[in-house]
Amino acid sequence: MEGLTVSDANLTVYIHPSMTNKVRGAILTQLSSLLFRYSEDLEGVLLAYQVNVRNKVARILPGLVPHFGVKLKATLLLFAPKPDMLIEGKVVKIGRESIHAIVLGFSSAAIMRGDIREEFKFQIEKGTETYICKSHKGHRIKVGSIIRFALKSMDEEILHISGSLMPPNTGCIHWLSKCGMEHDPHTKRCDPLSLSLSSLDVNI
Amino acid sequence: MATHEMEDGCLSDSDVQSSVAEILENVAKPPIMISEHDGDLYGQLVLMLIPVEKNLDEEILFVTALKALSGAVSKINNIFHVSLLRNIFSIYIWDYGLDARNAILELITNLAIVPDKFLEDCLEMLVRNFQPPGRIRGYIYQPKFRSHKQNIYVQLHEALCYITSLVPIAPFKLKDILDRRMPKVHAEKMEMLPFVECMLGLESNEIGDYLRSTLLSMVVELLVDLDVSITWGHILKEDNNKDIFDIELEDFHNAEYNPVGVSGGKKDNNPDKLDCLMVIVCEHIKSSASDGHLVKVFDILMESFRKTVLNAYRSKFSQFIMFYACSLEPEICGLKFVIFLIDIFVSKAEDPISRMSAVCYVASYLSRARFISCSVVSSLIKRLVEWCYEYCHLQAGSERINHPKSHRLFYAGFQAVMYILCFRMQSLMDIQELKSVLFHLPLEAILCDPLDPLRICLPTIVKEFLCQAMAAHLLKKPLISSLQDNLLESEMSAAFGGVERLHMFFPFDPYLLKESDRFIKPNFESWSMVRKTYTNLNSEDELDDLDPLSADDGSEDGRDDDELAGGDDDEDELEYSINQMSITPRPVFEIAMADGRVLIPSRMPARIRPSVSPV
Repeated sequence: MEGLTVSDANLTVYIHPSMTNKVRGAILTQLSSLLFRYSEDLEGVLLAYQVNVRNKVARILPGLVPHFGVKLKATLLLFAPKPDMLIEGKVVKIGRESIHAIVLGFSSAAIMRGDIREEFKFQIEKGTETYICKSHKGHRIKVGSIIRFALKSMDEEILHISGSLMPPNTGCIHWLSKCGMEHDPHTKRCDPLSLSLSSLDVNI
Repeated sequence: MATHEMEDGCLSDSDVQSSVAEILENVAKPPIMISEHDGDLYGQLVLMLIPVEKNLDEEILFVTALKALSGAVSKINNIFHVSLLRNIFSIYIWDYGLDARNAILELITNLAIVPDKFLEDCLEMLVRNFQPPGRIRGYIYQPKFRSHKQNIYVQLHEALCYITSLVPIAPFKLKDILDRRMPKVHAEKMEMLPFVECMLGLESNEIGDYLRSTLLSMVVELLVDLDVSITWGHILKEDNNKDIFDIELEDFHNAEYNPVGVSGGKKDNNPDKLDCLMVIVCEHIKSSASDGHLVKVFDILMESFRKTVLNAYRSKFSQFIMFYACSLEPEICGLKFVIFLIDIFVSKAEDPISRMSAVCYVASYLSRARFISCSVVSSLIKRLVEWCYEYCHLQAGSERINHPKSHRLFYAGFQAVMYILCFRMQSLMDIQELKSVLFHLPLEAILCDPLDPLRICLPTIVKEFLCQAMAAHLLKKPLISSLQDNLLESEMSAAFGGVERLHMFFPFDPYLLKESDRFIKPNFESWSMVRKTYTNLNSEDELDDLDPLSADDGSEDGRDDDELAGGDDDEDELEYSINQMSITPRPVFEIAMADGRVLIPSRMPARIRPSVSPV
């Protein structure tokens, strides 16, 4: 699956004076408030973090409420898919007009009829809605299947993904792995990168 | 064209769906480019979906149109189909029958999962449906509509759960919407109650795992807001003739309750709203207990309590939800609550007001909760007394008390001990192990300390405590209490209580809301039912002098301490029931009487055993 990166980040967390005796808890709360939200600074959705090193000294900001800024290093797991990347998700609803899937447990993806390639036909097989591939009868997509699809766009506010099953290497993972389509040399897979993001300020 | 075909009756669902899809596509252009025919068709479609009451035929058309739209959601556009969407999102499902409701909810759930567009509007529409439309609000709580109301709630919850299963972050958005739509204190009763009931129903669903803390804390905040807006002004005047042990207005329910005006003098009838809300919340807690997830609910309630109720010292009734929740699960929740409070009291990291408030809660809770066992009470009293004793030691050597306020934690803590013992002393004495624990407590050392709690704490409590302690022979040394007769509070006690009047804060005093009382009453210990250590003695005049003065309103009707009803005899003798009283050989001690007489007991007990009382 593409779009996931692991980054190292240098962050500064500003903490309210009332939390002076519970600094670690305050840092964790602050970072947790960023989870599953798209962050422009981080250019992606924060999925997980690990706080590594924390300075023992913090600088107090002058102001009405004197917050103090704790500098720390953290390892972040980010989800930042770009268009045409291949994403995997679990199908939760099949309809005549669309397929709906959930990606990484938090993002809902929808693939509209216009983005499903012609060879997939909608049928109701034994009471279950299924998409069956005309050319390969074994290739079926139904509720519960894991599918790979190409990303068209992602709404940053609601984390809705619009996907497409047009590229030939998309479809049900189970069938694709059986046919050896998984390791398509044309797809770009990103290895987890180590990026240094400098001085990101997280404001309270 | 579409209407004609529908009336024909020979079309399949997919045909209807495709014609509706076509209508939608044909108007998805700038207005100039839409043909009149297409515009008319679209207009007819919009008309079919107008959210008004419909007769049978109209409702059938309505259902058909909805089902067709459900299949064509991808064609719906929020720029070109504004009027259609406006009608859809204004629908009240309460107005229609089961088929229509199912069709509406299917459309809404399908719209919610279309990428980017309609999620918030759909959630908003569902939340708006937590409250019935104005015209039926008045009778929705009548018994014959109860199952209808429940069905609708179930459908709404199912729709929300279904949307969450397809769009996992829906609860985030729902939180914001609930926050915005939550009725405030001044809302009408019939707006408030259905909303809160439906909201709490969500908590028991799958979606509850995400939203539990938000939902419960919002409800608790509403309860507290209502509570503090009710003033005691017209109900109970601070009367020096009444004291704490008489404020048992058990007959209050019979009186007409006049709603106390909130600011501005409006008759908001907040007590009635609060009463009904308490019923709803207690019912919900009860059903959580029977579903087996009371502990989770309780943890959230305790957190909300800590943030809102604990320091809202004008709250009179909302704290009883904790009382009720504890009573359902005394070993787990009941114990957890009191330990949580005591931890706040002893923790140096907390602010003094919270600490004092916490110990007042401990005092009132341990006295009034019937479901707390004596052994728990005994161990907690021991912990409090030991804290007080240590405090005295730390203060020893420092200058004499300059002002009660500087030692207010100590006075609050010891007053709590005395208050609990007023209620529980006799029951502790009945159990041998607990009695010996009590006798080993360093009570006299604390009482004789320079901090002098007897002078500073509330006179009525001091009086009652001394009567009971001396009758039980808990105290050996003569203690001439400098009692200011008949005063509810003294200058000194007011000084330690401060502006917040925490010296007179007994949060679990008798509950006064009529409807919700049925949840509280079975577990609530009223003062009239408490066995005191001196009730074993003959009820004579001497005891009457020691007793708190009775008030002259009707509040005593509930009391059944006949012995203390005030005899006119002037007996000097105290008759001891040998079975009940202490078995230690009694030294000759003096009981100081309020009128200055000194009483010496005239009889020794039949059995003598070695003393077990502390030096």
